[in-house]
Amino acid sequence: METLIIMLIGILVAVATYLILSRNIIRIILGTAVFSHAVHLLILTMGGLKNGSVPLLKEAEAPYTDALPQALILTAIVISFAVTAFILVLAYRTYQDVGSDDLDVLRGTKDE
Amino acid sequence: MFSINFVILIPFIVAALVPFLYRRYKRIHVGWFVLFVPITLFVILARLIPSVASGKTYVHTYEWIPTLDFNFTTYLDGLSMIFALLITGVGSLVILYSIFYLSAKESLQHFYCYLLLFMGAMLGVVFSDNLMVLYVFWELTSVSSFLLIAFWNHRKASRLGAQKAMLITVSGGIAMLVGFIMLHTMTGSFSIREIITTISEFTDHDLFIPAMILVLLGAFTKSAQFPFHIWLPDAMEAPTPVSAYLHSATMVKAGIYLVARFTPVFGTDELWFWVVSIVGMITLFWGSFNAVRQTDLKALLAFSTISQLGLIMSLLGLGSIALQFGYSSDSILYTQATFAALFHLINHSTFKGALFMVVGILDHELGTRDIRRLGGLMTLMPFTFTVALIGSLSMAGLPPFNGFLSKEMFFAATVHIMELDIFSLPSFGMIFPVVAWVASVFTFVYCMIIIFKAFLGKAQPEKLDKPIHEAPIGMLLAPMILAALVVGIFFFPNLLGQYILQPAMSSIYPTFGDTADLTPNISAWHGINPELLMTIGVILVGALLFKFLKLWKPIYGLFSSRYTFNALYNYVLASSVSGSNVVTNRYMNGLLRHYLMYIFLFFIVAVGGYLAYSGAFSFDMSTNAPFNVYEVCLVAIMAVAALSMLFAKSRITATLLNGVLGYSIAIFFVIFRAPDLALTQLVVESVTTALFLLAFSHLPEWKKENLPKQTKVINGIISIAVGLVVVLVGLSVMDYNQFDTISSYFENAYELAGGANIVNAILGDFRGFDTMLEVVVLFIAGLGVYSMIKLRAKKEDENIEDQ
Amino acid sequence: MKTLKINDVILRTISRIVVFIILTFGVYLFLSGHNTPGGGFIGGLVLASAIVLLYLSTDIETVKKSLPMDFKYVAALGVLLATFTGFGSILFGVPFMSQTFAYFELPIFGETELTTVTIFEAGVALAVVGVVVTIILSISEDGG
Repeated sequence: METLIIMLIGILVAVATYLILSRNIIRIILGTAVFSHAVHLLILTMGGLKNGSVPLLKEAEAPYTDALPQALILTAIVISFAVTAFILVLAYRTYQDVGSDDLDVLRGTKDE
Repeated sequence: MFSINFVILIPFIVAALVPFLYRRYKRIHVGWFVLFVPITLFVILARLIPSVASGKTYVHTYEWIPTLDFNFTTYLDGLSMIFALLITGVGSLVILYSIFYLSAKESLQHFYCYLLLFMGAMLGVVFSDNLMVLYVFWELTSVSSFLLIAFWNHRKASRLGAQKAMLITVSGGIAMLVGFIMLHTMTGSFSIREIITTISEFTDHDLFIPAMILVLLGAFTKSAQFPFHIWLPDAMEAPTPVSAYLHSATMVKAGIYLVARFTPVFGTDELWFWVVSIVGMITLFWGSFNAVRQTDLKALLAFSTISQLGLIMSLLGLGSIALQFGYSSDSILYTQATFAALFHLINHSTFKGALFMVVGILDHELGTRDIRRLGGLMTLMPFTFTVALIGSLSMAGLPPFNGFLSKEMFFAATVHIMELDIFSLPSFGMIFPVVAWVASVFTFVYCMIIIFKAFLGKAQPEKLDKPIHEAPIGMLLAPMILAALVVGIFFFPNLLGQYILQPAMSSIYPTFGDTADLTPNISAWHGINPELLMTIGVILVGALLFKFLKLWKPIYGLFSSRYTFNALYNYVLASSVSGSNVVTNRYMNGLLRHYLMYIFLFFIVAVGGYLAYSGAFSFDMSTNAPFNVYEVCLVAIMAVAALSMLFAKSRITATLLNGVLGYSIAIFFVIFRAPDLALTQLVVESVTTALFLLAFSHLPEWKKENLPKQTKVINGIISIAVGLVVVLVGLSVMDYNQFDTISSYFENAYELAGGANIVNAILGDFRGFDTMLEVVVLFIAGLGVYSMIKLRAKKEDENIEDQ
Repeated sequence: MKTLKINDVILRTISRIVVFIILTFGVYLFLSGHNTPGGGFIGGLVLASAIVLLYLSTDIETVKKSLPMDFKYVAALGVLLATFTGFGSILFGVPFMSQTFAYFELPIFGETELTTVTIFEAGVALAVVGVVVTIILSISEDGG
């Protein structure tokens, strides 16, 4: 199972990278969203899949699956949501102020 | 529970309350509320004077990071008591003065907030026993000084002055930090008291001299010693209460505190004696020499402060020689230099504080500080004149003022040092009294300049903006109290000596036993001796030089302004900015795609390259979990969804495909025994999709990507390479078995944390710190979104920095 | 955002009931986090989605009138609560952010375990609710 998931992660990362390297700002944001999905899966896979039961001490019995990656991923999901919201708003405010969502037009400010 | 730690924390707490008080009580000047803080602290500390004078010290420790040996330890002894009394005493007078100096039009809540921050940080510096905590408070004083200097931040000169002060003092602070770490490496402790007791074993260590030099760098930058003095005149852009408090009475004395505190640590080395004394002497001379040519009274006082700080520093250096001899009736003579240093420290704060306040009164009432426009103010501003007279004559070293007493002791110390036979003093010892005498002559000259040019002589009301009138009693109260102290200390110096200076001597000379012998009896008349003759010489020659000032003033023209330290500083700053511009413009061309390509290429080369080079790749499928058909279907769905996102024609399709990915991952979380994650992922995915759709209503539909074919190919190659590297690394890691996993610790969650949900116990209890920080990140992101939407600059608003 | 004319009635009727169910579920998730799946994050997110549903079925003015609080302050309160539980442990002399738990006999519930983690999780939940609702409301108020 792990090998299969890792192949999937590879596909997701490749798609995400291609999207991030694109010219339209919305594609870049979608790319980061896909990237975060891939990374969440990766962290979970690192802990070993289906190694035991649910990490609830009263509901299930030992051995338990690794609970530490789950805690890390929970934090990561919430933070990536906040960051996605932030860059979405940044994107459309940039569009409102500059007038374009094409990155070739958004080339730095006059101070650079 | 009450301890000195609270004394340090109280100003910080009140600083947080100041904005609320300001908004609530608009009628009353916020300064009246703030005034309670230093007065209360002064009273608390003053009550401890008798016990500290009898030799008792107060230590209290709060554990902060025990494993790294960072503890919030406070240590109240004689030396820190002197400084703490100065900080709180002068602080209350300065705040009283500022109530009448700053009108309600200024942003008072910021001012008092920063001032209280500074007060708390400075108290932290002098009370702290742990080196790392001392460093934290040290840099806090630099930061609050920066904020206060740039208080009128619409003025360019204020901003530049604050930047210069910050750059110089913070560089010194970093040097000091490295010195502290070296001390820790040598002795294994961060506690100053422990280091003092164990340092004698390490004087030959390789790091001893570098640590000494670095700590001295920190002290010299903070106390504006030559050649780091250039920030102090520019710091005069701050409002006068700030100059009177920080840049004459407290912050610049922090370096002096450091030197005094570390004298028992490094003082046995010859290098310490020479460096501290010589730098002090040079500063003493250079400051007073340059003070004479200034036309702005505040700049004159700034250079005078530099010179006086050099005086105190050189006295501390001279006093360290007593550590060479151990405790004997001979060596007592040389400890008097340190005693003189501490005495002059207090005296300087009184007369310099009074003088700064007088200059502030002139600035506030008449609108100018330029001596070319002032004159003849004696009759119309009698009280101001009296205070200025007392302050200047004390600074010049004349009786009946306290400056006379400490100046005499200074001359005595420089004369005595000539009699010693060590450290090549017989050949070079002469420079000390000579330089001291010459600098004192210049000091006398500029004190006369203050009195004669500003107050005596003919009045020039046509050059002034406002009519000459006496200041209101509120503004006069603080300087008059200080002037009264100047006179009072002259008549009762031994009160000061016995109760306050004597316990400090034992902090600097811990091995010298009974300090009652170390404390001399200060008196105005010791008989005709070299010191008295030097003073009389200063008065005579100084009066002559002042009378013929116009004749020899052109000597200053010899120092071309191209070769000053200020010019060096400006040059270094400008060239580093332009140099980095040239280098950075090579590769930062403004195109985001190129920046991302740099990142991805580096990743491929570094990670993939290392993987190939070290042969760490391994592929082992034996420990894999079994899978079912529906899981394979789910994987296939996700792969197809991701790949179709590349070809999606409309943005809503792409968003929905992203949603498909997200919900599939939620299903995977359920399969992989992670119910918390599945729940969170479901909700987050829904809200994210809703967010995307909301944002799309503000953005245009996207067009087909028309990148040139070559760019598409390159992008494709980079993407596939990145994906490949991730796959290879992932496969290798699956086989990794060098360390045992730490997760077995968390399975005891029920006993350790009382919870059966291990993931929740990790988030809330074991790793609660990370969760707290994550919540802060969330909050920042939310505020960022809000401010980006609500706060828009209108089209007419130009950039504020261009003003 | 334009209101949908066709499904308006269905959406409004259903959401009147569903919002309460979601709110109850959110509170349950929050309180049960200690021993079963749940916790501060998911509780806050579900509560926030209830408010989002309210906003979807009515318009922004109604939501602002019915919940007259400034959600930034809710988020700030959450952050402060989470941070100060950490400082609370310092007052007792233990390292920063040590949580503790004990068993008490309560009248109706019998023997329950009360823990300081719940205060911390409450802070987290409030922060999550505040941030999510702030983001959604700010973007929608911006108009087109």
